[in-house]
Amino acid sequence: MSYLSTLSSAYAEIFLLVMASLILIVDLFVTSPNKTLTYILVQLTLLSCALITVMTHEPGVVHLFNNMFVDDLMSDVLKLLSYLTVSMVLVYSRSYLILRGLFTGEFMVLTLFALLGMMVMISATHFLTLYIGLELLSLSLYAMVALQRDSAIATEAAMKYFVLGALASGLLLYGMSMLYGATSTLEVTAVSDAIKHGVGNKALLVFGLVFMVAGLAFKLGAVPFHMWVPDVYHGAPTAVTMLIGSAPKLAVFAFVMRILVDGLQPLVMHWSSMLAILAVLSMAIGNITAIAQTNLKRMLAYSTIAHMGFLLLGVLSGGIDGYSSAMFYVVIYVLMSLGGFGMIMLLSRQGFEADMLNDFKGLNQRSPWLAFMMLILMFSMAGVPPTAGFYAKLSVLQAAVGAGYTPLAVMAVLFSLIGAFYYLRIIKLMYFDAPETHIPISIQADNGLLISINGLAILALGIMPSTLITVCAVAVQKSLMLQ
Amino acid sequence: MIFGFSLLSVAIWLPIIFGVLVLATGSDRNAPLARVIALVGSILGFLVTIPLYVGFDKMTSAMQFVELHDWITHFNIHYHLGVDGISVLFVLLNSFFTPLVVIAGWKVIEKRVAQYLAAFLIMSGLVNGVFASLDAVLFYVFWEAMLIPMFIIIGIWGGPNRVYAAVKFFLYTFFGSVLMLIALLYLYIQSGGSFAILDYHQMAIPMTAQILVFIAFFMAFAVKVPMFPVHTWLPDAHVEAPTGGSVILAAIMLKVGAYGFIRFSMPIVPDASHYLAGAMIALSLIAVVYIGLVALAQTDMKKLVAYSSISHMGFVTLGFFIFNVYGMEGALLQMISHGFISGALFLCIGVLYDRMHTRNIADYGGVANKMPVFAAFFILFAMANVGLPGTSGFVGEFMVIMGSVKVNFWYAFTAATTLIFGAAYTLWMVKRVIFGAVANQHVAQLTDITLREKLMFIILALTVLGMGLYPLPFTEIMHASVSDLLVHIARSKL
Repeated sequence: MSYLSTLSSAYAEIFLLVMASLILIVDLFVTSPNKTLTYILVQLTLLSCALITVMTHEPGVVHLFNNMFVDDLMSDVLKLLSYLTVSMVLVYSRSYLILRGLFTGEFMVLTLFALLGMMVMISATHFLTLYIGLELLSLSLYAMVALQRDSAIATEAAMKYFVLGALASGLLLYGMSMLYGATSTLEVTAVSDAIKHGVGNKALLVFGLVFMVAGLAFKLGAVPFHMWVPDVYHGAPTAVTMLIGSAPKLAVFAFVMRILVDGLQPLVMHWSSMLAILAVLSMAIGNITAIAQTNLKRMLAYSTIAHMGFLLLGVLSGGIDGYSSAMFYVVIYVLMSLGGFGMIMLLSRQGFEADMLNDFKGLNQRSPWLAFMMLILMFSMAGVPPTAGFYAKLSVLQAAVGAGYTPLAVMAVLFSLIGAFYYLRIIKLMYFDAPETHIPISIQADNGLLISINGLAILALGIMPSTLITVCAVAVQKSLMLQ
Repeated sequence: MIFGFSLLSVAIWLPIIFGVLVLATGSDRNAPLARVIALVGSILGFLVTIPLYVGFDKMTSAMQFVELHDWITHFNIHYHLGVDGISVLFVLLNSFFTPLVVIAGWKVIEKRVAQYLAAFLIMSGLVNGVFASLDAVLFYVFWEAMLIPMFIIIGIWGGPNRVYAAVKFFLYTFFGSVLMLIALLYLYIQSGGSFAILDYHQMAIPMTAQILVFIAFFMAFAVKVPMFPVHTWLPDAHVEAPTGGSVILAAIMLKVGAYGFIRFSMPIVPDASHYLAGAMIALSLIAVVYIGLVALAQTDMKKLVAYSSISHMGFVTLGFFIFNVYGMEGALLQMISHGFISGALFLCIGVLYDRMHTRNIADYGGVANKMPVFAAFFILFAMANVGLPGTSGFVGEFMVIMGSVKVNFWYAFTAATTLIFGAAYTLWMVKRVIFGAVANQHVAQLTDITLREKLMFIILALTVLGMGLYPLPFTEIMHASVSDLLVHIARSKL
């Protein structure tokens, strides 16, 4: 067996890196302002990555590069979903960015590098690879937020994102170094074994854990480390907001699983109580603050914070049920978030951003179909059946009640009741109010098709959620080392 | 079976499919087509439920027309349908009202007709789902999903304060429901991973847990019924909703809450139900008396009937929590009869509102001079609301009062005051609206009801009288289920 064939589990990452570099060069020679060729190449790259991931899939867990990198069912599922998400982001944002002169080669290449970072994060089983993946993702995103150079608000957002993101990375690194000091290894599973065997000073371990959890909470956007989320979501071009709000959450979920479950499971007593506080605060602050927003992007930012609280509730409930419910939750969340930001871009025109709540007034009269799609999205975010969002909440709550966290579950549903209010307000604006403008909505065929598929998928998953739930449960079961 | 599909599935999905078809007609240019499709769909929807009654085995309390498929295997959730002698009546009641609502909105609704009719058809299917579900999650899905069309109906076609009413309606009911979800999850964990409602009926639960579960269910169901003191959403929702919305709210939605008590609270946590019965009876009696007095003070006809609904539903919960066969059967009859009567009264008010665009009692007077046929129907339904013997309103109230005499004379005495208050507020309204001299020139220009409106009222009048004179078809079908339920509730589960 040649050396190359032992790398087959990392073919997708290698291929993506090669293609991203190639596209960077090819793009220099693409002169059309719409960058059609680059766009097609990027989409083909994503498709090929998906094929490679499927073809190189192996049953069981494969470790590579001295246990720095792992290929298991969970990573494959999450990677496939990441390709799909990034591909959808590009379809949604193409005409939006072309109108604003931002649909450049850099945008697409940076997207690919961000994706590469996510893939590394998803598969990393070593603190170093985890960190490298995270930084590759974050640095690409910092640059993308600042893509609109002449916009003061975007620059401010980029600056905030960069400074706070760097701080979070610092916290993570500090935590990692503490754990390294205590266990003298950076390998996730070795850390776990070491702690289990009583190696390392307990105080030092918990000290490191606190910094790790703080760093993770920063990246997830959980309260009280959420300050960057609304500003970045608001300031960045909507296409970039959509990217930040979607695929990276899949990667961060994997990151949390690898560090907390695979690596620090022996400290579960400590981190589950930290997550409980983060979860409750996120649901409370996220849902309550969202009510006061007049800008839809900011509102969705706060709603994201609340959703991350729910996700953490799944994680802290533990066990196959808890982790698979968190995974299911994050997948559904990504789908809803794509639809929400996609709708903002669809309604935007040249020189006009449809990001204020009032821009949605009377949408039912201007376009009943789009209003219906948004209705599905909003009810799904609120967790009302028969939409996918309900089952996401149901599975998390089931895990929480099953793990004996009934009071937390009660708090979670009460905060989602508060959350329902601002989602209902969007529906109220669309259906009950008269439109402020009668400018016809012109949308590209591909965008119209995609938002329809997006919305109907949420409805279809709400009627037939069984397969996806099972996929998540099997992926978690086969991939995580649970005792 | 119809074309290989089982009856209950057809009863649920046929109206929904027709609703989607109606939606597909699109803009108001195709409104006539939308109306025809909706009417056909709603009548078919009613016809397919008739075999449920005809083919029903009255001798058994077991679930019939059962359908069981895997749905969400990971959580052991099934697509599990079935009806007993109690729920089958409500499936019929609900399907019966859908064509009436379509007819009621035939001329009146002019903007976004397709969406209006589709919302009612889809809701009709969802409500059938609520009554037919034997799986807790399936039940919850239908239970919550039916809020969506109602929210839209109130919000788009409602009165001036419709947004407030719609949001209040949604949040109130959503609040109750989410707590029920937690209770269901608790039962799921305790039962070792089952969402089958009938499994919960057999499960032993310790007392503290029973009380907590009861309270969680109470929050969900009491809001829907609505019981005092969580009734305040109902008058708002009724006043603002369009006629069809009010009819469905009063005739169907309120019954869903009461149904929850007999399908969930009482059989699943019988000991807590007995323990807390005193409080439930107290709340019911407050609703009967206090809300009856509140109704007396109303100046808006719809609000008056809305309060009268709350007061009548007090009888229903009273009947449940005295735990005897008269009370239980009387309460169920009262639910069905109140469905017909309140639906009919809201349709009557709708007829007046369509012509005068006001619901203020003070704006009317002497309507009988101009609309004699209408006046006859209105008086009939008003009398039924009062509980005149010979109408359906009498049977249920009488049985509940009889049942409560056996438990405690003062319960019966207090409940019976409704015969006075009910008569007072209803007949006083009739006097001010229908009788007397023609009050103003608007009333003078009124025209009597059309054939379309007559059709609705004739159907309802026949039902109200039929049920009042010969209630046996209703009681015999529920009898086995009710007596079995009472035996079940009497057994402790500690």
